[in-house]
Amino acid sequence: MATLIVMPRLSPTMEEGVLAKWTKKEGDKIAPGDIIAEVETDKANMDFPLEDEGVLLRQLVKAGDTVRLGGPVGILGEAGEDISALLAEAAQAAGGAKAAAVPAPVAAPAPVAAPAPVAAPAPTGRVIASPLARRLADDSGVDIRRIAGSGPGGRVVKRDIEKAMAQAPAAPAQTAASVQVAAAPAVAVSAQLFAGDEPVALPMIRRTAAKRLVEAKQTVPHFYLTSDAGVDALWQFREQLNASAQAAGGEKISVNDLVLKALARALRVVPSANMAISPDGQTAIKHQRVDISVAVALNEGEGLITPVVRNADSKSLGALAREVRELAARGREKKLRPDEYTGGTFSLTNLGMYGIREFFAIINPPEPGILAVGRVEKRPVVVEKDGKDELRIERRMTLTLSCDHRVIDGALGARLLSEVVRGLEHPMLLVL
Amino acid sequence: MPRLSFREALNQAMSEEMERDPNIFLMGEEVGHYQGAYKVSQGMLQRFGEKRVIDTPIAECGFVGIGVGAAMVGMRPIIELMTWNFSLVAIDQILNNAAKIRQMSGGQLSVPMVIRGPGGAAHQLGAQHSNSFEATYCNTPGLKVVMPSTPADAKGLLKSAIRDADPVVFIEAELLYSEQGEVPDGEFLIPLGKGDIKRAGTDCTIVAYSKMVGLALEAAKVLEKEGISIEVVDPRTLRPLDDELIFQSVRKTNRCVIVQEATPHSSFGGEIAYRVQRECFDDLDAPIERVASEDVPVPYALNLESIVLPDVARVVAAVKRTLYLQ
Repeated sequence: MATLIVMPRLSPTMEEGVLAKWTKKEGDKIAPGDIIAEVETDKANMDFPLEDEGVLLRQLVKAGDTVRLGGPVGILGEAGEDISALLAEAAQAAGGAKAAAVPAPVAAPAPVAAPAPVAAPAPTGRVIASPLARRLADDSGVDIRRIAGSGPGGRVVKRDIEKAMAQAPAAPAQTAASVQVAAAPAVAVSAQLFAGDEPVALPMIRRTAAKRLVEAKQTVPHFYLTSDAGVDALWQFREQLNASAQAAGGEKISVNDLVLKALARALRVVPSANMAISPDGQTAIKHQRVDISVAVALNEGEGLITPVVRNADSKSLGALAREVRELAARGREKKLRPDEYTGGTFSLTNLGMYGIREFFAIINPPEPGILAVGRVEKRPVVVEKDGKDELRIERRMTLTLSCDHRVIDGALGARLLSEVVRGLEHPMLLVL
Repeated sequence: MPRLSFREALNQAMSEEMERDPNIFLMGEEVGHYQGAYKVSQGMLQRFGEKRVIDTPIAECGFVGIGVGAAMVGMRPIIELMTWNFSLVAIDQILNNAAKIRQMSGGQLSVPMVIRGPGGAAHQLGAQHSNSFEATYCNTPGLKVVMPSTPADAKGLLKSAIRDADPVVFIEAELLYSEQGEVPDGEFLIPLGKGDIKRAGTDCTIVAYSKMVGLALEAAKVLEKEGISIEVVDPRTLRPLDDELIFQSVRKTNRCVIVQEATPHSSFGGEIAYRVQRECFDDLDAPIERVASEDVPVPYALNLESIVLPDVARVVAAVKRTLYLQ
């Protein structure tokens, strides 16, 4: 019995995926666990394994096509099986709705895995539901398309969602493939096109970032604290470390590794700043862990990814350096697993290597802040010696802390930043 | 607390205010020597004299106009209409003069007057004497519109209306005049634009005003026996409208039924429905229901009239539709 293969949820936040590459051809035998394709999600390139066995009878989308979560990408069945009924059914159900550049008729039921929490008729199109039911479904993670509505005309109403929630207490985000295909958002460019301009489809990762950044900048009350650190001692310390590391064949320590360590240490010293706040600002979580999201630029135009260095406060500088290097490398290849780039408690971003002196970063909610690091440079500084001012040349760097005012007040932010500066100015603190 | 009838509460409000402020006078048909067509002004002629309780000829356009003019020069007239049905012959004075003078004079003039009297259907008054005109007056910026449902509300709101700086349309339900209720003594004011929860509940919100509040409360009792908990919200003042109170209730119950005696087309219930869907869209579990008169002139024949006007059974059925119980 042939079934549709649908776009699975390969990252916790994906709403659609680009089928980057087919790794199985039409006619190939599939064993459970076989990877049939690579999918570009909003975060990374992921393998797409199948749980079932059979033959890949049909590829419904081409490499490069964008498919909504749950949208059909292929047909699995027995060799020689008649799939015309399935294709026709899919075509009929699809109506005019088509994901961007999906050639074959798409849409229709038949989940690949995981049975629905509530037995439901095969969804064929628009979900009829009360506005409240939609909101409750969204809030609770229940897939409204899988719920049989008890209202007139099958309308899904509050009691249906409550019933579904009672039956499937915590519908995990990973439970498979939902089943509806909607039109993928076309590249909508509102700016006027002049001769030579061309609309460009954004990679998933940038589309997701666009949405999240707008939300963050609009809903999180940011304020910014800037401070300088004198880093002559740090500079020397790093040279010593690297000389030793080179001799021993260890990892080279970068300035960023040192700032990462200083930030992690500061968060341990000032635990009140290590919190996550709910979107409505009514509840917060106090973290015991210090997991730092480190911004890593991908190739130009491809966006950025923030792998998380877990328990950064308790790792040695060498271990941190190795881990950051390794995560960044896999991040650039888009090979990170979702759990490797989610769940940070604070963020670090550094544009010093691009010659930037200081900048103001956007917070990544629910994290309460992000530290923006500028370049190390020699600056003239006035120091007082024996009651007399004198001019000296010193290595300094500028750090800017973006704080969510709902969690971090000015005084608390100032304390956190001054602890970061203290760690950088007294680097021995970083190895204690 | 003393128990008074609705008409006694209105009488008390006017009398107390007239004692307080010599600029207030009452004018209308039969308000004096006949003691009021519905006995609302009983005893007031004897108490305040002919200069302050003035009988008029049957000439609404004239005496409403006199009220507007008196208000413009500093008096505080209470104009009684024998019924709001007769306001139609004075409507130019109300909509075009009373409502607009403040704006058209650039704020130099105001019209602190109350126009009051019974409105809506009573028993077998026929089509011409059973009109509900609240939507017409609510549709006119410059007017405030009040429709109380209890004796206490009637007193508190009428006192506020008399003290208000702008024209207030005060519509009383004829069938409520004999209703009894506890009414606070003396200085008791209810601000215009403040609604009231007449019954608290959790499953469905009924928005009702004036006489329909009683219908809603009766329906709530019937539904309670079936385990359905109704919240009855009485806005009391229709313009300005305490919509936030309605929103709060609907956000709690997720369902809304509006009950009005007026005919449905272009009516005040439509305005409430608009606001609720606009502000509580994601809280609604069912379409908003409205119970209204049938969309016809109110018939004289008792059997037909009772079919046309809203009743408890229709309110109960509407609530059940919002709960998907039919």
